[in-house]
Amino acid sequence: MNLALPFALLKNSYPQKISDLRNTFAGKQLILLLAFVLLSPLSWAKEAAPVAEDPVLERRMIALSEDLRCLVCQNESLAGSRADFANDLRREIREQMQANKSDREIIDFLVARYGDFVLYRPPVKPATYLLWGGPFAFLLTGAGILFFYLKRRRKQVEEPPLTEEQHRHAEALLKEDKGNNA
Amino acid sequence: MIPELGNFALILALLLAITQGTLPIIGAARGIPSWVALARPVVQGQFVFLAIAFGCLAYSFVNNDFSVMNVARNSNSELPIQYRIAASWGSHEGSLLLWVFMLAGWSVAVSVFSRHLPDEMVARVLGVMGLVSVGFILFLLVTSNPFDRLLPAAFEGSDLNPLLQDPGMVIHPPMLYMGYVGFSVAFAFAIAALISGEMDAAWARWSRPWTTVAWVFLTIGIMLGSWWAYYELGWGGWWFWDPVENASFLPWLVGTALVHSLAVTEKRGSFKSWTVLLAICAFSLSLLGTFLVRSGVLTSVHAFATDPTRGVFILAFLVIVIGSSLLLFAWRAPKVGLGGKFDLVSRESMLLANNLLLMVAAGSVLLGTLYPLIMDSLDLGKISVGTPYFEAVFVPLMTPAIFLMGLGPLARWKQASLPELMLRLRWAFGVSVVTALLMPFVMGEWKPLVSFGLLLAFWIIATIFVSIRQRLHNSGQGGLFTKLAKQSRSYYSMHLAHFGIAVFIIGVTLVNGYETEKDVRMEIGSTVTMGGYTFRFNGASPVSGPNYQAMRGDIDVLRNGEKIRVMQPEKRTYNASGMAMTEPAIDTGFLRDLYVALGEPLEDGAWVVRVYHKPFVDWIWFGCLLMAFGGILAVTDRRYRLKVHNKHVETATVAEDKRAASNPRLSTGGKKA
Repeated sequence: MNLALPFALLKNSYPQKISDLRNTFAGKQLILLLAFVLLSPLSWAKEAAPVAEDPVLERRMIALSEDLRCLVCQNESLAGSRADFANDLRREIREQMQANKSDREIIDFLVARYGDFVLYRPPVKPATYLLWGGPFAFLLTGAGILFFYLKRRRKQVEEPPLTEEQHRHAEALLKEDKGNNA
Repeated sequence: MIPELGNFALILALLLAITQGTLPIIGAARGIPSWVALARPVVQGQFVFLAIAFGCLAYSFVNNDFSVMNVARNSNSELPIQYRIAASWGSHEGSLLLWVFMLAGWSVAVSVFSRHLPDEMVARVLGVMGLVSVGFILFLLVTSNPFDRLLPAAFEGSDLNPLLQDPGMVIHPPMLYMGYVGFSVAFAFAIAALISGEMDAAWARWSRPWTTVAWVFLTIGIMLGSWWAYYELGWGGWWFWDPVENASFLPWLVGTALVHSLAVTEKRGSFKSWTVLLAICAFSLSLLGTFLVRSGVLTSVHAFATDPTRGVFILAFLVIVIGSSLLLFAWRAPKVGLGGKFDLVSRESMLLANNLLLMVAAGSVLLGTLYPLIMDSLDLGKISVGTPYFEAVFVPLMTPAIFLMGLGPLARWKQASLPELMLRLRWAFGVSVVTALLMPFVMGEWKPLVSFGLLLAFWIIATIFVSIRQRLHNSGQGGLFTKLAKQSRSYYSMHLAHFGIAVFIIGVTLVNGYETEKDVRMEIGSTVTMGGYTFRFNGASPVSGPNYQAMRGDIDVLRNGEKIRVMQPEKRTYNASGMAMTEPAIDTGFLRDLYVALGEPLEDGAWVVRVYHKPFVDWIWFGCLLMAFGGILAVTDRRYRLKVHNKHVETATVAEDKRAASNPRLSTGGKKA
């Protein structure tokens, strides 16, 4: 690697940074600078560290906690809330994940501790059959009623034949409005 | 003195509302012209007194009269003037006063723009609106008087909820309420028709523009609420299936069904009783929305009021309004005519199927919203019904609805041929499938859900093209522009609103599929890179607002090494309430939003910063705006404008309509789109 190029860049474009570093790291500056340059040859400014230590685990934790309720908040998910309770619970979930617990086990643990209220996806059980079955029941009933209504309706509707005068009137209107009928 | 004046004006308004709700209706039934003639002046009088009442409340807020309980609880002398005015509808009492004030406004509008209607009809419509007004003013005076005094007066007010101190929140509630209350006009027309037994194409034509306007307001109201949640709550979500949001979404779903059903009733004379039922439903859900938000049965981001007596009052009111209108419906509906004949495959059936899907969706959202409340009140345990449930239910229901949305405008009234439709739409279908499969690659990664969402959106757009092409083909002679100019505004309005849905779906799909988020510890000078943008943190410094202290972050946004803008997210603490608020900084763009929010401070001037890259997120709200523009365009259609200017011609047309409606076959060809 060509070491001269990064040094030249440093001198010209980042005087501010160098003086900062000089104040902070006095004697070791050269070694540090070298390390920085070698580690991040494209951008000099330091890339901010993610808050999470393990981004993969963090993603899994967020995905899980999006479907969980922050119990002390007003209808906020555990993932979205910044309340202390939510922070603690997220830490708890993170720790359990680090201890190799499955999502299922973690949810069971939370339900045992806080009840079904913590779940944004209500469990399917006798008390929620109506909740989960309701939409299907609505659709089936609605579709059934609609179908039979339409069938019956077609039999009921009688269309009287047009009189001569109405026929002429309709013709006139059609001519006037040709193609303008939506 | 001023609050007492307001209170007195409110009482006078109640008396006028009682007059409005009784005499004109009786007059119309008994044929007493002087009582019928009373409707318009009484409505206008009620409006004046409610305006005085509302003005008195606003005056008390503007002048920091902390001897008024409502002001002491919801304002503060440090509060900037615009929020003091907005605070008059930020509270429970004030928002209800705004509700009746708007109801009076809508009533005045009906009384002014209804000169072409028969006087009895107007009397009945305004009478029904008067009865609704009686309920609400009584509610105000009995349980939630906005002018109640606080003696001795408070020295300082306890401040408006900081969440509401925002321009979006200044206009969101009025818009939403305009929509809610606007459905009262559709409701009043429906009830008036049931009372009189006269329900024909003319009736649908009168009530249609009012319904559309209410729907437009509601659409904009919901859009503003969603936008506000996005930039004010600080975590970048735009819809939470929160009970309060659902409360505004329910009337929207039913209102959408109503708008479509009214189209059929107007053009084909069919679905009359169904339309009436929808009008009753839409308004009932508006009342339910007010009830849910204002009674304190919910505890959520928006619900601030808690007082059981209020809940009981609104519940009783709700039962009376819904119960009596459904009874009236059950009694009268069987006498309503059926209208024209149509086949199982026809535009009518498709609209009916779409109506069904919208209603099932509304029913399911209602079920999910109320289920936890019901379970809780029956001691069956506490559960939460959130996003996973609503998405699982809503998306499968809307998918066929959107498919039908493409099919419907191309299908013929009365009798359509399925093979012919398929033949005409095969290209639209092919193009949308191929585009939907390929587009995710352009975005960088193929995801099945993204492809599916885009398929729905492209299907809508492709069918709009096919529909317009076919329409122009059938438009006789002339060049492209002559043909384009020939089409009615209501034809374009339909496509514009449908196109809005497509834009909305694209926004939702892409932001859900490709949003990126980073939660980082930013030291001064450190950077974070996302979606091709580099964010450089320059530290945070204290600033003072009019009624808050804040830390304001300073973040440079760089693209290809060049600084393109500075973003300044804030973390505020409001003086009066001590409440902390996150004010994110947003760089809005056509293809993406950059969204930066400050988290917590760390040592040495470092902060936890959350950075989001949200592709296409603004398309969500832009789509809603397109829908609303569609509605506005529909209302400005020629056939409505003519009516206002030319009463004479109108009466003739109405008579003709009546004749036409009695013979449905005649009414098919005659009327314009």
